Amino acid sequence: MIEVLSAAPLMTVQDLGRSGFYRYGVCRSGAMDRLALAVGNLLLGNDEGAAGLEIPLPPVKFAFREDVNFALTGADCAAKLDGRPVPPWWAMQAEAGQTLSLAPSRSGTRAYLCLAGGVDVSEVLGSRSTQLREAFGGLEGRPVGKGDLIAATGNDVVLPEDGAGALPPSLALVLPDSSAIVVRVVAAAEYDHYTAASQHAFWNAQWEVTAQSNRAGFRLAGPDLELAHALELRSHGVVPGVIQVPAGGHPIIQLADAATMGGYPKIGTVIEADLWRVGQAKAGDRLQFVEVDYSQALDALAAVRTYLDDLKNQAARLRGASRRWRQA
Amino acid sequence: MNMNVPSLLQEPRVSLLGNTALLFEAPGEFDLHTQRRIWALADQAMDWPSVAEAVPGMTNLMLIFSEPPRDLEAFERKLFDAWATGEEKQMKPREIEISIAYGGAGGPHLREVAENTGLSVADVVKIHTDPSYTVYAVGSHAGYCYLGGLDSRLFLPRRKVPLVSIPGGSLSIAGMQTGVSASAGPSGWHTIGHAEISFFNPEKRPPALLGPGDIVHFKAESILS
Repeated sequence: MIEVLSAAPLMTVQDLGRSGFYRYGVCRSGAMDRLALAVGNLLLGNDEGAAGLEIPLPPVKFAFREDVNFALTGADCAAKLDGRPVPPWWAMQAEAGQTLSLAPSRSGTRAYLCLAGGVDVSEVLGSRSTQLREAFGGLEGRPVGKGDLIAATGNDVVLPEDGAGALPPSLALVLPDSSAIVVRVVAAAEYDHYTAASQHAFWNAQWEVTAQSNRAGFRLAGPDLELAHALELRSHGVVPGVIQVPAGGHPIIQLADAATMGGYPKIGTVIEADLWRVGQAKAGDRLQFVEVDYSQALDALAAVRTYLDDLKNQAARLRGASRRWRQA
Repeated sequence: MNMNVPSLLQEPRVSLLGNTALLFEAPGEFDLHTQRRIWALADQAMDWPSVAEAVPGMTNLMLIFSEPPRDLEAFERKLFDAWATGEEKQMKPREIEISIAYGGAGGPHLREVAENTGLSVADVVKIHTDPSYTVYAVGSHAGYCYLGGLDSRLFLPRRKVPLVSIPGGSLSIAGMQTGVSASAGPSGWHTIGHAEISFFNPEKRPPALLGPGDIVHFKAESILS
């Protein structure tokens, strides 16, 4: 059990999201940076998809009410356990009575706090993710606030004495250097309907994430994207990553809490392997879209899978070695 | 979102939503026959190993991948072959009557809709309550139904300035569509009434009150201009 001593806005319980209820209008939800959540869970010996806390706007402070392993991944928030620095992308044991504090982020936006066995809340529609609009899942369907008690399911995993860390995805899954955040995009159905100038601008501009951005979607500022001719679409299913362009000409990347259907023209879709990069962007950051095809998107997804599998194996080996050393 | 904008498509078309999903768009007119074929295609595709979920839209179908197939061409061939069978899903529709308080605080745009359509408030309500509406698809937000069947005399463009939030149960019209919101959220539509009804319950299976093919009747419980 941990207690929230001081809350950060819009802190929610999230896992990897819901699937199987899209046709009832239930969106994916889940962590905005699913990779960071998965890494935190693997460091703790949890299932990759166990629930954790998404913390979009630290500072925040927690008190441990029991001895429990925890992991911090995602944004680097200069975390401290009873005043001692906790490295980013790190898992370790906390003791009852200790205080964990996160400062405003130094890099990235969303931090993830995972607990041994995962955050213990009931599954609703196959997931523990918080669905804010309909107010279900997570902690009673609402953000986590001051005074809330968060229970850990617990597991019998013993971590190395000083804990164990992971190579962050930003270092393990490197993309070409740019002054902007590079994300890879597959062109979507209406791409060909944009003027040549707009197509060029789409790939070459740096798109600023505006303040009108949240878990449902990021509105981007940049050059106007113009259709070569008017287009009216019939409403269809939309998934996280789809970049819609409403009549104003400014793109919106649909994200975890986006509507499940829409009818705006779509110019491209951020590939699944790069959604975490978008999820770590904040207002004022710039995105650069790089075109890839479907098979490159699958290669990128396979690279993420390999990174997670390697991490899982290494974390298990490290725990084994540490256990043997302690017993010796 | 317009429902009967003539489709430019002569042939069915597939396109990618990254590597997460694939969108199939039926050719031809927006009608119930096409939609019944979409529902039949959805039922088939739900059983395919690489498909996590088949999500019907308005004469289109989104297939969310469980594992994106390496051989996309083979997958598309299978999809086109399934479409070519021409099978239509015949539903045993449930019929539901929804009582609406037209106008007043829950329907702030009723008078404006009357003015913009050149009809009286009473006529707007009569024209809106006359037809049977068919649920074509469920989506956008949880439990929300895309309804077909709005009388063309009520076709209006969306509002220039969307409302930041309308409450759940709001009955709205825009373009060629009408629907009742299932939960509070932003809306660019004209809200003409309110219903006390719950369209979604995450504890129930299915969690949505209505599904594709179901029939909705609106009944005027009260009219306040």
